[in-house]
Amino acid sequence: MAEQHRPKGARGTARPAPHGPQTNDGAHHRAQLRAQTHPGAWWLWSLALGTAATRTTNPLLLTLLITVSAYVVATRRPATPWSRSYGAFVKLALAVLLIRLLFAITLGSPLPGTHTLLTLPEVPLPDWAQGIRLGGKVTAETLVFALYDGLKLATLLICVGAANALASPTRLLKSLPGALYETGVAVVVALTFAPHLIADAQRLRAARRLRGRPDRGIRGLFQVGLPVLEGALERSVALAAAMDARGYGRTAQVPRAVRRTTAALTLTGLLGVCAGTYGLLTAEGGTYGLPVLLAGLAAALAGLWLGGRRTPRTRYRPDTWNPRSCLIAASGAAVAALLTLAASTDPTALHPGVIPLVAPTLPLWPAAAVLLGLLPAFLTAPPKEPS
Amino acid sequence: MIRFEDVSVIYDGAAEPTIQGVDFEVPEGELVLLVGPSGVGKSTLLGAVSGLVPHFTGGTLRGRVTVAGRDTRTHKPRELADVVGTVGQDPLSHFVTDTVEDELAYGMESLGLAPDVMRRRVEETLDLLGLADLRHRPIATLSGGQQQRVAIGSVLTPHPSVLVLDEPTSALDPAAAEEVLAVLQRLVHDLGTTILMAEHRLERVIQYADRIALLPTPGAPPILGTPAEVMAVSPVYPPVVALGRLAAWTPLPLTVRDARRRAAELRERLKERHDIAAQGRGELRDQPQQTRTRQQSTPPELLGATHRRWFSRKRTHTTSKPPCAAEIQALTVTRGRIQALRHINLSITPGETIALMGRNGAGKSTLLSTLVGLVQPTSGSVRVGDATPHRTPPPDLVRRVGLVPQEPRDLLYADTVAAECTAADADAGAAPGTCRALVSELLPGITDDTHPRDLSEGQRLTLALAVVLTARPPLLLLDEPTRGLDYAAKSRLVTLLRELAAEGHAIVLATHDVELAAELAHRVILLAEGEVIADGPTADVVVSSPSFAPQVTKILAPQQWLTVAQVRKALS
Repeated sequence: MAEQHRPKGARGTARPAPHGPQTNDGAHHRAQLRAQTHPGAWWLWSLALGTAATRTTNPLLLTLLITVSAYVVATRRPATPWSRSYGAFVKLALAVLLIRLLFAITLGSPLPGTHTLLTLPEVPLPDWAQGIRLGGKVTAETLVFALYDGLKLATLLICVGAANALASPTRLLKSLPGALYETGVAVVVALTFAPHLIADAQRLRAARRLRGRPDRGIRGLFQVGLPVLEGALERSVALAAAMDARGYGRTAQVPRAVRRTTAALTLTGLLGVCAGTYGLLTAEGGTYGLPVLLAGLAAALAGLWLGGRRTPRTRYRPDTWNPRSCLIAASGAAVAALLTLAASTDPTALHPGVIPLVAPTLPLWPAAAVLLGLLPAFLTAPPKEPS
Repeated sequence: MIRFEDVSVIYDGAAEPTIQGVDFEVPEGELVLLVGPSGVGKSTLLGAVSGLVPHFTGGTLRGRVTVAGRDTRTHKPRELADVVGTVGQDPLSHFVTDTVEDELAYGMESLGLAPDVMRRRVEETLDLLGLADLRHRPIATLSGGQQQRVAIGSVLTPHPSVLVLDEPTSALDPAAAEEVLAVLQRLVHDLGTTILMAEHRLERVIQYADRIALLPTPGAPPILGTPAEVMAVSPVYPPVVALGRLAAWTPLPLTVRDARRRAAELRERLKERHDIAAQGRGELRDQPQQTRTRQQSTPPELLGATHRRWFSRKRTHTTSKPPCAAEIQALTVTRGRIQALRHINLSITPGETIALMGRNGAGKSTLLSTLVGLVQPTSGSVRVGDATPHRTPPPDLVRRVGLVPQEPRDLLYADTVAAECTAADADAGAAPGTCRALVSELLPGITDDTHPRDLSEGQRLTLALAVVLTARPPLLLLDEPTRGLDYAAKSRLVTLLRELAAEGHAIVLATHDVELAAELAHRVILLAEGEVIADGPTADVVVSSPSFAPQVTKILAPQQWLTVAQVRKALS
């Protein structure tokens, strides 16, 4: 409507831009588009590293995996509030490791160990709790086993944290099919609710000090509970109003036939998926299981695609899947694949023995494979400093 | 462009309609300002344009509202999104995405515009609003003024023909407000956008309005007219109009420029009067024009203040009891990598009112937080009375210093006024009934069982103030007290704070409101990037600054008058 009246003074807009999005602001943005990595690539890379972590219990390899992902995160994470979540994930991983160790100490384990470190008083349990032990001998073997196991889980968590830090789930959301977009936004808004809630709680606890009440302790937290919830709810309502006024949830008129086909396709597709899965899992359904599952999946996807026509949404600068993104995803996949291979060819190196207790050694070529995961740190440009 | 036909809105459970008899039209390309005291239904009227009233808020709308020919009864807000852009009071609750660029594109994505059109408009809007450097920044890291501009930009990109704004400059410092208003004016002039805007700070916006719709009392039909006509009868008016009414200028001047051109005669009269009776506010004028140094800390130059000044100086020498309500020495606060405050020296004397001014993010709130111990100094020392705030347990601290935060609601937890008062008495260790007595005095007519949430913005502020005052702190801090207050509530607050200062309370206000500072403060401290850049008597500091000078000062320069009240007193 108003393109004709474009203000004359606005920099960079006075030139006519006849050839689409990339012509009007020159090389700078093309370069930036090139540098942009698809968020999906980061998620694939991180999850592949996580998969690799599940293939081994060798603490040296796991530590190497953590170091690799941490290095990439440290050098390549953008300066957004999201990227700070990495620290939270690392803390969570540490907590998991500690809890695993604590359980190993108090609950004992069926592992026959010979190196007794200490003996805790054992709590006698009734007959029905047979097989469970509280306290008793704590052996070095039990502890080492728990450490390996916990470290595996911690590595997995840290890899997920890396995915969060490198590409926020909101960016990933932009790549969802149109029909799922609105659900996706609702989920993201719900997710931001929690950080807001925490910020509110902190502010209100601080305000308690102004009333002359202690601002620390559990009781303080309870007393601000209701106002915090009220505030968060009010903000959500305001956000909903703003989203509504900005066109969230607009639908396009589609012919009735298309609407019905969409419904039919989605329903039969989902039924097909259910039946197919059932077929695959039961013994006698081996023949029809896979084809039905595939057909159901195809029908559901077609339904989704057709459903996308009801929403007139378009995407602003969608993330493009460029060769660089492929390489990043591939480097992650290679790590996962090579470690899976190594786990089958050289299981003793990847799962160092606990009984008898031996020192883990660093298997050379699996370690080299893990280092492949460093590739993204050299492929992508470092993030810009915030202006 | 916008047409109201005999519109009335009644919310569910309300006895009276919130607005009624609204019948006017806003033609294309006009900027109409909606004015009126708090609670007359300005937000409801604005909501009716975007369709949020009644589709989102509930209630019953009678009559008809049409926007660009679309009836809001049959069109939901989302179906009006391509013609109406709405920005609410709080920009933060408006944002859906987390970076500036995505936020600008969001509305267009919902409307399904072609990618190349979106790209072009985002670039245009970034330039139009001066946001190009911030395009990749997360919104949470922006300042208030920047956020407000992003919010306006985000509704501009779909090129709506109507823009509805609810108090777009209330939370902004004077410079940022001018930035936003300049953008709005440009939209009206260059793009022919129709704007309907509600704003309490008339002194900032009135010169941009083509017409004004005045809602005088709740439920009364709006009065529509040119700004000069409406201002002649309006219960709310900016200082320039007040001065015009006082001097009986017709037609009323609306801008400082208009008023200055008429003011020669008034200046003359004031000069004569002043020469005859060289007292009153005289010493303000007779002060030599000083260059402001950083550490200059002059106690109030009020009538009779010289005595106190002498007295307090003497006490410094003779007794060990600190004469200052608070003393800050070489204070530095670092938050993360940012230095929020740098080497601040400040002493606050009892009975003194200080206005703390500066840009959004200059460190005003941090300084106040340091004084109540919410923020620990990185280096330097803070003393309030004889205590160090961040080491003092809260129950002791409330008797020394009280802070009314930016959002007074943060202080109120209970679900009735009575419960709030009982809790406040207990917290402060005051005799039962102290707080309730204060509330009755400050807020007559509030019943015990009122929920604090149901109070108006001004009433809530006063309730929070009463809660804080229950402990009788000698030092009282207020963060942005006039945000969302109309002129009546503001003048009540001014009277109240003046009385408190006269009783010997030291008061520190962090504010963007230059008129409030002019009326109330003895001393103004300007902060920029965490440093004190000016500290001195109000008249000296604000007179020399183009953005912090109140309207009366600008009109009557080079004479140094700050408020209409002073002028009135001098003339009588």
